[in-house]
Amino acid sequence: MTELSKDLLGLKGYYLVDAWAQSGHCADYRTASPASKMEHMVHSSLIPAFPENCHGTVIKTHRDHNRPSIKSLSHISSLDPPLHSGKSKEAEIKRINKELANIRSKFKGDKALDGYSKKKYVCKLLFIFLLGHDIDFGHMEAVNLLSSNKYTEKQIIQVLMPFIICDEQEMLSKQNNVDSGSLFQEGYLFISVLVNSNSELIRLINNAIKNDLSSRNPTFMCLALHCIANVGSREMAEAFASEIPRILVAGDTMDSVKQSAALCLLRLYKTSPDLVLMGEWTSRVVHLLNDQHMGVVTAAISLITCLSQKNPDEFKTCVSLAVSRLSRPGQEASCSSGSPPKLTGFADIELKIVSSASTDLQDYTYYFVPAPWLSCKLLRLLQCYPPPEDGAVKGRLVECLETILNKAQEPPKSKKVQHSNAKNAILFEAISLIIHYDSEPNLLVRACNQLGQFLQHRETNLRYLALESMCTLASSEFSHEAVKTHIETVINALKTERDVSVRQRAADLLYAMCDRSNAKQIVAEMLSYLETADYSIREEMVLKVAILAEKYAVDYSWYVDTILNLIRIAGDYVSEEVWYRVIQIVINRDDVQGYAAKTVFEALQAPACHENMVKVGGYILGEFGNLIAGDPRSSPLVQFNLLHSKFHLCSVPTRALLLSAYIKFINLFPETKATIQEVLRCDSQIRNSDVELQQRAVEYLKLSSIASTDVLATVLEEMPPFPERESSILAKLKKKKGPGAVSVTELEDNKREGGELNGGSDRGPDTAAMAASNASTPSPSADLLGIRSAAPIGAAPTSAGSLLVDVFSEAGPAAPSAAVNDDGFLSSAPPSEDPAAPLPEADELLNKFVCKNNGVLFENQLLQIGIKSEYRQNLGRMYLFYGNKTSVQFASFTTTSDSSRQEGPAVPLLHTAWMEQPLTEGAAQSCQSVL
Amino acid sequence: MSWMMAMRFLFLFSRQGKLRLQKWFTPLTDREKKKVIRDMMTLVLARPPRSCNFLQWRDLKIVYKSIVANAAITFSLRLLHPCRYASLYFCAGMEDQDNELLSLEVLHRYVELLDKYFGNVCELDIIFNFEKAYFILDEFLMGGEILETSKVAVGVSLEEADTLQENNVGCMFYS
Repeated sequence: MTELSKDLLGLKGYYLVDAWAQSGHCADYRTASPASKMEHMVHSSLIPAFPENCHGTVIKTHRDHNRPSIKSLSHISSLDPPLHSGKSKEAEIKRINKELANIRSKFKGDKALDGYSKKKYVCKLLFIFLLGHDIDFGHMEAVNLLSSNKYTEKQIIQVLMPFIICDEQEMLSKQNNVDSGSLFQEGYLFISVLVNSNSELIRLINNAIKNDLSSRNPTFMCLALHCIANVGSREMAEAFASEIPRILVAGDTMDSVKQSAALCLLRLYKTSPDLVLMGEWTSRVVHLLNDQHMGVVTAAISLITCLSQKNPDEFKTCVSLAVSRLSRPGQEASCSSGSPPKLTGFADIELKIVSSASTDLQDYTYYFVPAPWLSCKLLRLLQCYPPPEDGAVKGRLVECLETILNKAQEPPKSKKVQHSNAKNAILFEAISLIIHYDSEPNLLVRACNQLGQFLQHRETNLRYLALESMCTLASSEFSHEAVKTHIETVINALKTERDVSVRQRAADLLYAMCDRSNAKQIVAEMLSYLETADYSIREEMVLKVAILAEKYAVDYSWYVDTILNLIRIAGDYVSEEVWYRVIQIVINRDDVQGYAAKTVFEALQAPACHENMVKVGGYILGEFGNLIAGDPRSSPLVQFNLLHSKFHLCSVPTRALLLSAYIKFINLFPETKATIQEVLRCDSQIRNSDVELQQRAVEYLKLSSIASTDVLATVLEEMPPFPERESSILAKLKKKKGPGAVSVTELEDNKREGGELNGGSDRGPDTAAMAASNASTPSPSADLLGIRSAAPIGAAPTSAGSLLVDVFSEAGPAAPSAAVNDDGFLSSAPPSEDPAAPLPEADELLNKFVCKNNGVLFENQLLQIGIKSEYRQNLGRMYLFYGNKTSVQFASFTTTSDSSRQEGPAVPLLHTAWMEQPLTEGAAQSCQSVL
Repeated sequence: MSWMMAMRFLFLFSRQGKLRLQKWFTPLTDREKKKVIRDMMTLVLARPPRSCNFLQWRDLKIVYKSIVANAAITFSLRLLHPCRYASLYFCAGMEDQDNELLSLEVLHRYVELLDKYFGNVCELDIIFNFEKAYFILDEFLMGGEILETSKVAVGVSLEEADTLQENNVGCMFYS
């Protein structure tokens, strides 16, 4: 089965299936269990049901027969196992081939077929297609049906349409060996090819639709518009984008057709905005806001909102129209529902509309709420624009908003939940408009109070939405204080709410309303919630707590406590960024170092502690263990034994970190030297199967036994402060908040991005050159690699990548000189707004050079840099491979190697050989070797 | 801000996780569709009763609503199949900026339209007359936007279509 087309059709394709079944050849069909029905029919029972006398009245309704009576349903239980008659696949194919031959001969035959039989055979073809067989003829006949003047025949084609188009694509995609799914995704990229190869067919389809559109019959017109909207492809837009606006604004078009035309145009505009040209119709579309027919206004607003987002200036006039329209539903409310309280201020504005349109108002009143959809859409339209400048318009709008807020206080006119939903939908939309304007302190505070009431409403939905809206209110300076008054309620919601999604909203709101005054309380609450929080939201919660704790920390011992608690409570969800950050802060603030050392020491005494805690503990004790060594309870040896007791439970990176901490201990406390050397010397260290651990053990052992105290003190000096920079945790949270992997927007974005990269031939080299030139100069905006590029560059040349893991420099002659270049490449990450952002795994790419000599060093959409290095005694040779991933040439591609950052017993860069071509060919690799 | 009021998809499935109706308003590949459907079902069906009708899923807002089918039929069916045919779930994926409550009412209006057409709609109506269910949806929503909010107006156009069909069928029998 051609999956795509089946799907495009949706279940609608099964239209026919129903028709077959109803033709009476499957007497047992209705009694079969519904679950097995589809399968059952598709696989077996329908194959013998290609009846010559089948009347393909697909659309014919059998309502009376079809409504299953209770009597017939009693058979269900007895027939529950699917009625697979066990017909073999071969038999099915045979039957189908026979049927296809029959249909072909009918189509080719001399006798002209009447519309009915044509439809019958086309339906059969469609059904066979749905069974998963390729159909290579019959499209013409299908199109012919479209030009029929019978309703049923037209409707069948409306159903068929996606099938026809899809089928053509299917064939194309087979030729081009392109995945049909991506083909569709690409927005009919190959449609030009398709039109060439099947221009006749497309022309016929379009002609038929065109005929329908120009017919005076509103039903046919609507059907044609539905068809265009359902297919919504680019070639449809090409054919009809100019036609539909005309229908939309023509004076004599029926209202229902206008509605369909407006939304159909919107659909085409979304598919291919470039094809829908603005013209003189645009101004007339705006005036549809004044239309008498509520349905037309509702549909037109959708179109106008969308268009005005892209062309705000052209549609400016809609603001005042929308405002005046908005004041009408309020008016109508008081009339249609017959409620006595007449709204003051409204009566005098728009008295005239009620007289003419009141007949259909009743239809558009939804559970006593006048035209909720219209009101919401109007409010949404206004959110596309800044507050109106005209004082009168603005005054009227504010009045409207006040009325809506007032109405929320009125007793409900109906007990039905639909009434309150519709009413509150308008209220929430009004509140988001108020938030959007952010200029009316009075309204903002009122909105906040209203939401505060909802926070304790018994409807879960309202509590959820109130929490959500308050999040945005909290960011406004006018209402921030008002939001803060609800803190107790929100905390309570976090604790007691049964629904996890409501709890998550409460956590979001707490995060949004947090400031210096309430940070301690909120962080404490979030921490205690974390212990019971839903697993799906824990990571986000951890990040939020970490950010709040850092942002509002007045006293850093509180901060250290919070983060250590965080690691204790939810260690698994604490990402690297979080514990990197706490170490950064501890190192940068000397007032907190002693406290931090004491706290981690205590935390490590817990019988089971998380690996992240061991990491933080190892690092901090290695740096500042001396600050607490005076206390006999935490003497150097006790500290060391404590750390070493965790050693065997940890993973390799943590062990590596601990080894580095040990050598720091030797420097800090000479009295531990013997013990530590003993540990390093034992087989499990010095002959560890892990290269990195073994190397460290050997080097540290040698270092501690050979180097003098002075050298040790220099080499193992305390880490210098980190440069201040934006928290990488924040970046991580933003990343996490981003859309999910398969979300449609992201896919579209990717598509666009890809298009830019491949399409814009001048852009490729530019960005490439930029990326390349960045490669040698540390760019301050290179934030993507997070904390790492912030690590000290000057003081200690560090081993590849994981700067924090490595507490000190590996000064030994065998130190991989790759480190130097790693540093350079760390900053080669282009600024984040650049489309050539490095792949997210860039971090991991760097990490692996801790233990590896070769691999991919850096990769983004443009460039891949591979590294291969070999070391012999004090000599190292390193090859850098530059791979161009684009299809275009890099212009002015240069590389610079910078050895100036090396200090200490640095390995001088002996020789640099340039072997790469001045122009890196598209999709080619070039190699540079450094000695 | 994204497109307003745009619905990305609408599903109708049963408590047992059988998809009864799917309508997509944005093109997606088959694999993605299957993933979305699976995710929706696991998410929505796992929700305890009386929780709120809104969910955040990736960058979409999910609005869902469950209806209990016709009381009489449900009762007799429950005797035969306990916990089967119990309820139908309407589930829509909306743009992030959309108004949740109103989307919920879109679903409710659709249920009302189905009710009006089928009498008291139940799962079996949708199974046996799914083309009607699609047709009603088409009359009510277009391209993910609400086309006609009036129950009367949708009803009228549905009736017109039915009359046209019946006339056509009549013609065919006599010709």
